[in-house]
Amino acid sequence: MILDKDTIIAPATAVSESGIAVIRISGYRALSFLKSFFRTKNPIENFQSHYLYLGRIVDEDDSDIDEVMVVYMDPPRTYTCEPVVEVHCHGSRQIVRRILQLAYANDIRLANPGEFTYRAYLNGRIDLVQAEAVSRLIQSTSEFSRRSALQQLDGLLSRQLHSYSATIKNLLVQTEAWIDFPEEDLPTENLDRLFSTAENLHVQMSDLMNTYRAGQFVHDGATVVLAGLPNAGKSSLMNALLQQDRSIVSSVPGTTRDLIEQSTQIGGINVRLVDTAGLRSSDEFVEQEGVRRARNVVKIANLVLLMLDGSAPLCDQFRALLADLSAVPVVLVVNKSDLLSEHHDLSFFPGPIVTVSAKLGDGIDVLTDTIASFLLNDYLPSSESPYITERRHYEALTGSVSSIKNFLNNLGSVDLDLLSIDLRSALDSLGRVTGSITTEDVLDDIFSSFCIGK
Amino acid sequence: MAGYGKKYQVIVVGAGHAGCEAALAAARMGCSTLLLTMGLDMVAQMSCNPSIGGLAKGHLVHEVDAMGGEMGLNIDETGIQFRRLNMRKGPAVRAGRAQADRMAYSARMKLVLESTENLDLKQGVVEEIIVKNYRVVGVKTREGLDFLGRSVILTTGTFMRGLIHVGMKNYSGGRAGEPSAEKISNCLRSLGFTVGRLKTGTPARLSSRSIDFSKLERQPGDAIIRPFSFMNDKIERHQVDCYIANTNEKTHDIIRSNIHKSPLYAGVIEGIGPRYCPSIEDKVIRFPDKASHQSFVEPEGIKGAEMYPSGLSTSLPADVQLQYFRSMVGFEQVEIMRPGYAIEYDFVEPRQIKATLEAREISGLFHAGQINGTSGYEEAAGQGLLAGINAALQCREQDPLIIRRDQGYLGVMIDDLITQDTTEPYRMFTSRAEYRLLLREDNADLRLTELGRYVGLVSDERWRRYQEKTGLIEKAYELCRETKITSKDDRLCSLFGLGELKSGVTLEQIIRRPDISIRTISEQIPEMTLLPEKVLEQVEISIKYEGYIARQIEQVERFVGYEKVIIPDDIDYEKVASLSSEVREKLMKYRPTSLGQAGRIQGITPAAVAVLSVYLRKKSREK
Repeated sequence: MILDKDTIIAPATAVSESGIAVIRISGYRALSFLKSFFRTKNPIENFQSHYLYLGRIVDEDDSDIDEVMVVYMDPPRTYTCEPVVEVHCHGSRQIVRRILQLAYANDIRLANPGEFTYRAYLNGRIDLVQAEAVSRLIQSTSEFSRRSALQQLDGLLSRQLHSYSATIKNLLVQTEAWIDFPEEDLPTENLDRLFSTAENLHVQMSDLMNTYRAGQFVHDGATVVLAGLPNAGKSSLMNALLQQDRSIVSSVPGTTRDLIEQSTQIGGINVRLVDTAGLRSSDEFVEQEGVRRARNVVKIANLVLLMLDGSAPLCDQFRALLADLSAVPVVLVVNKSDLLSEHHDLSFFPGPIVTVSAKLGDGIDVLTDTIASFLLNDYLPSSESPYITERRHYEALTGSVSSIKNFLNNLGSVDLDLLSIDLRSALDSLGRVTGSITTEDVLDDIFSSFCIGK
Repeated sequence: MAGYGKKYQVIVVGAGHAGCEAALAAARMGCSTLLLTMGLDMVAQMSCNPSIGGLAKGHLVHEVDAMGGEMGLNIDETGIQFRRLNMRKGPAVRAGRAQADRMAYSARMKLVLESTENLDLKQGVVEEIIVKNYRVVGVKTREGLDFLGRSVILTTGTFMRGLIHVGMKNYSGGRAGEPSAEKISNCLRSLGFTVGRLKTGTPARLSSRSIDFSKLERQPGDAIIRPFSFMNDKIERHQVDCYIANTNEKTHDIIRSNIHKSPLYAGVIEGIGPRYCPSIEDKVIRFPDKASHQSFVEPEGIKGAEMYPSGLSTSLPADVQLQYFRSMVGFEQVEIMRPGYAIEYDFVEPRQIKATLEAREISGLFHAGQINGTSGYEEAAGQGLLAGINAALQCREQDPLIIRRDQGYLGVMIDDLITQDTTEPYRMFTSRAEYRLLLREDNADLRLTELGRYVGLVSDERWRRYQEKTGLIEKAYELCRETKITSKDDRLCSLFGLGELKSGVTLEQIIRRPDISIRTISEQIPEMTLLPEKVLEQVEISIKYEGYIARQIEQVERFVGYEKVIIPDDIDYEKVASLSSEVREKLMKYRPTSLGQAGRIQGITPAAVAVLSVYLRKKSREK
């Protein structure tokens, strides 16, 4: 980590619903990240150092994430003495998370606690007196990922991760024993047993890994957006879900123009419910703007409730809308069940379909259940089973799971000594959270499990 | 005391596997060298099993050979059975092993020593290391001669205060039938070294005339011998067989009922023995559910009668040994020629030496082999070679040679020795090497011959062959990258199982397929047919394992970054603020020479490494 050339990113302000959030990036990829994903009216050739720019951060597909101010700082006049970029965005968890995710997808990793200060310290940016103080900070934070992360782990999760680590270690012990002691009468090589152990482990670890999304929702809340053609009944549904008159309801298409947001609890999760303008092309400026905002918010939604007016025939516009939403998870909500005039053939839609009457309140229970079970991924956090909320844990698990996947894929077609590389890296990934397993630990196990000695 | 008149550059004490390599290396590098041994007839003895190589150990032999050492050549010359292990477990963990004719091995090594220029081989018992102002100046012998030298390499094996146990009886000795060296370790203690005690053991030797081989499983050598030395292309020789015998419940009963006669269990032995080489009584007690333990019965030579039953080392009394041997199938009438025994000996904790194998506190004094807490002929030879090289480099006033963990098992071994506590005799395992895939037997020459040439150990002939090989490898690569098979070559397409081809495929792409060997291809491509096996092997491994190899190389690059941050020897850890006292103590004890090494010491946290790193930067800026 000391000579780390990785580019790192982290929110510099506490992530909460605040006015502004600052995200800091340090390292050699900072500037290219800015160049790729920051847009201004007049394209910027060369970012002037320490100069504030107004523009938009866009996603891989060029869609807006947020309107932001950014500053690029040329080394060495920066906090870390590395190239630094700060992004000042709106203080929403969703936006911050989306920018972070964009960075992760572009070879920038999440900073460890204290890592910016740590780099500043390593690069000699901080003077001696400060260094004293900071090194104490490092003492407390640099034990970092391991100790502090472990403390954050509740006992259950910690036990779970340690048991995974022990299982992988066993696989490694077995493999290494076959490799290093070919002339001892060890139990014969049984690759099938290794396979089934690893496969079992893979399932368990993947399950835990998959709680990350649910864990995050439990932790940070989720955004659920109501979308659909004008006059489908989005605002009625909004009010029904909130059990209050939040949105203005009228039979005039295009009543809702701006985004209307309200927080509520669904299935124990904090849900930010967003009502949007009906999606249609309009000549009117205010409505146009409303549609644009609706389209944007749909992109950051964790779930979209797509409303279909059950009393009207299916139209091409609706199909086009559905096609537009292919990248986000969608629940199809067929409204106006009380006025259901004809039976729609909805078999083309692969996701969940719920029929409601927003006006009468029919089917709302089913809908909230559907939303909850989607957000929790059919996973109910309870004291019985652990789930993960920390990105670091998620990354450790992901790394480990993918190495085990390699191991499973390679077993049988690849030599033992290469398989041990997959196992070793599975163990090392997990070790970033559970503490590393050394060669000596592995040898210890070999000698205590097998009678070795010529 | 009488001076000897002649002043040497390098004096090597002990002519075992470490001492021989050390003396040969120093002499071949042009230093006037003296090799002192307690018994001139006992040069390069195999005190325990009569074999060289095996997993990780074979790797070490190849490395010693690649740098211009003698062990590979010596075993190629005197081996009586050759086998290659792990042929189906991957390229990095294939290893050669050979049974040696013990007497022939020793005799050939002695001849080599005797015929090497700049090298004097003499008998003498060293009793004292002469040190002036923390610099070694020579040795005193029991025979009353002082030998003066610029550097001294100690390779004491199990001889320092060696104590042999057979049952409750024990006596001083360095090896069965040979006296111990009683005074050196006290001298080392008085020089300030921390001296510890280890234990090892060896089984009885059995008379082949008394064994019923028809009842044992025969284990022949390989049909085609793959030599250890890069200088030998092939070995054609009559090979002898080994045999496999097994203990049984009766054997175990005898051992269990006599366990109180084992000095190990009675608490008489204080030295720590190796976990990987437990005595038979240890195995029986620790693994009570195992109904039988295997033993390879290995001949000690072509002509003699002595047989070595592996895995049956013991400290039980001689009569009990005979009793349990005779309970084994095939051994009903067996006669013991030499009883097995345990031996305790002094070693010097290796954290007191540097990666060059030179003592930290006394310049010019080097330690190699069991004195550093290792076990094994190959481990000893590797250290001997490097101690010899570094002693010679010091005499020439050149920078020392340190092999990194990514360059060889030699590097792994020495780095482990100086950063880890010695809790048992250290033996090499392939699992100790984190870059195992890069450290193969087959590429030892590619990894180390240039280093050997650089220090002056690699002969012109070896260098010529080496360059020829690397040239051919280059050529073969090019051929594989540039030769394309197209759908026009019907015959080859079907032979290689290529199916329908839209565009041509290169040989490289074909070799990458797991089911195709480079041999299948080279037989069909005229330009490749003439390439030597060893060249094709390199190309095949590099291509087939490219992905994994690339991953390891990436890890190595990270690793080397840390290794390059040097910690000066005179660092004052008291002045490094905010290290915990526990960490400070460890660092002062092991005194790592690089940041990477510091991180490998047990109990040194990443935080401590960070703090250290900052301190070093600060220091270097001040300068």
